[in-house]
Amino acid sequence: MALLEVRDLRVSFDTPDGTVRAVRGLSFDVEAGQTLAVVGESGSGKSVSTQTITGLTRGAQVSGTAFFDGTDLISADQSTLRRLRGAQIGMIFQDPLSSLHPHYRIGWQIVEMIRAHDTVISKQAARQRAAELLTLVGIPRASERIDDYPHQFSGGMRQRVMIAMAMALDPALLIADEPTTALDVTVQAQVLNVMRRLQEQFGTAIILITHDLGVVAEMADEVVVMYAGAVMERAPRRDIFYRNHHPYTQGLLASLPARSGDRLTPIAGSPPSLISLPAGCPFAARCPHVFDKCRTEAPPLSDVGGDPRHQSACWLPHTVSEAIAS
Amino acid sequence: MNDVLLKVDDVRKEFPTHSKEVVHAVDGVSLEVHKGETLGLVGETGCGKSTLARCMAHLYDVTSGSVWFDGKEISTLSRRAMRPVRREVQVIFQDPYGSLNPRRRVGSIIGDPFAIHGIASGLERKKKVQELMELVGLNPEHYNRFPAEFSGGQRQRIGVARALALRPKLVICDEPVSALDVSIQAQIINLLADLQKEFDLTYVFISHDLSVVRHVSDRIAVMYLGKIVELAPTHELFGQTRHPYTRALLSALPVADPDTADSREQIILGGDIPAATNPPEGCRFHTRCPKARADCAAGEPPLISVLDDQQDHRTACFHPLTIGEDMSTAVPDLKAS
Repeated sequence: MALLEVRDLRVSFDTPDGTVRAVRGLSFDVEAGQTLAVVGESGSGKSVSTQTITGLTRGAQVSGTAFFDGTDLISADQSTLRRLRGAQIGMIFQDPLSSLHPHYRIGWQIVEMIRAHDTVISKQAARQRAAELLTLVGIPRASERIDDYPHQFSGGMRQRVMIAMAMALDPALLIADEPTTALDVTVQAQVLNVMRRLQEQFGTAIILITHDLGVVAEMADEVVVMYAGAVMERAPRRDIFYRNHHPYTQGLLASLPARSGDRLTPIAGSPPSLISLPAGCPFAARCPHVFDKCRTEAPPLSDVGGDPRHQSACWLPHTVSEAIAS
Repeated sequence: MNDVLLKVDDVRKEFPTHSKEVVHAVDGVSLEVHKGETLGLVGETGCGKSTLARCMAHLYDVTSGSVWFDGKEISTLSRRAMRPVRREVQVIFQDPYGSLNPRRRVGSIIGDPFAIHGIASGLERKKKVQELMELVGLNPEHYNRFPAEFSGGQRQRIGVARALALRPKLVICDEPVSALDVSIQAQIINLLADLQKEFDLTYVFISHDLSVVRHVSDRIAVMYLGKIVELAPTHELFGQTRHPYTRALLSALPVADPDTADSREQIILGGDIPAATNPPEGCRFHTRCPKARADCAAGEPPLISVLDDQQDHRTACFHPLTIGEDMSTAVPDLKAS
């Protein structure tokens, strides 16, 4: 059994303009010790889905299940979720500054977090642990810097503090939502390196939410490609890049600036409104290979052959898509 | 050379801070932009690339040095004297949300340059604006809509239309695609390329994203802490990287290709970028450079052609990389020289 099993997750929000269907029937598994990358563009539902799983979406209509280690996170009450968050499921976000309290020393914040879940640990021991964690994530002179405030750290260092905090109780799962998007590339490389090292050391599973296919290629074991609230394709890393099936995945990869100065191949148009989604495949309006069936019937996520973990939500037969890709 | 459209000569730009320190945002930069080319400016947060761009467009007064456009010094011009130059030098900004007034209709936003410069009014202006909208791939019928009714990509098209209204010679693009999703980013990059061809435009293209800069630029200047560390034609910068910082920057860039990602050498720089209020002595990169030696801390390396490079490939480094040199195992040694 997988560490986390999400089945048919649906999330919608009521807004004055209508109901936004942010996530529409999302299913995925996260295996212990593995990295699952969830990739998609703005509004694809990639962040909302993990926020929902951890009970952080308020005022949303939610259905589906998300079994984590035997507990359904969707139907769990707030106190169960609070116990799991932090202890069993660590989280880091794009902007570490808004996740850290500006008025408290970072050491105090980590100690507080440890003691919230571990009621028997002494203050002294928790502080000791906090210093170890800061060293672990590569903060130089950790025993001195433990008494600094968040603003005294650079963006990259703050993200390390967040990782230290997320890893404090040795969680089985780390949810990293665009953890390096706000960072410069050389700092991003440092932070990704820290995440990789910790995963090796502690066997933590990671859900890595990102829009950056470069980060996916560097970090992922498996990849889920989302568009308009649904999974378009899911596969092991190499299959997503080298044997992809879905025209959206192909479009994303073709949009990337290539080495040569040739023209780029963007995806025409823009994503559909999540309030009034068209019938059929959500990508149909932008798809270069669209045919009649695509506009009336939404394709289910189904096996494409090859690796058993490789699935695509597209009506194109496998052989046709392969010919297009090559 | 008479094909120089913009010349930046030893430009410095300092900003005072509250604590009476001075931020040396741009610190002695010289470069030339040739007619019809795209010059890329890359570097990380705080390297001074955007400040330099604003100095180029004379949106900032330079602290010292000079900026020349089409053979004329513009860095000393008054706002009034700058006006005619504004028609020829335009800027496209990163944030398609923040750079458009949300209460004004896009037709009037795009028509601003005509109004300001008193070029066209009334129906004639409307006609010109609609032509521009068509040119950048917007529906001219959306003339009366507000910015909020457009997506991020479309808003950046509005920014492009406004910049092109007066048929400028030079367009400074400051992170024009950084806020956009990749599929939309590619649309805007293609649009900029088409417009460059059609109107013979010269671009200065600023981005923190090396893969974008590589795609659009003829030449690239890499900046670190207010200085250019390497300036070269694009293929040389990538194929014949001389500066250790350029190499580190290239190696840190995630590549959307698993085979490459698994096999390449990665150089992970230690530490953070030092504060621009108090940059290191000597070469500014020496505190993080894997190849640093004693002389790097002692003196500042000039931006010159090194080893057997041509004049158009200049590097500011005392110990430039040779071709094929493996930097991943280099260790700094500030005692030896």
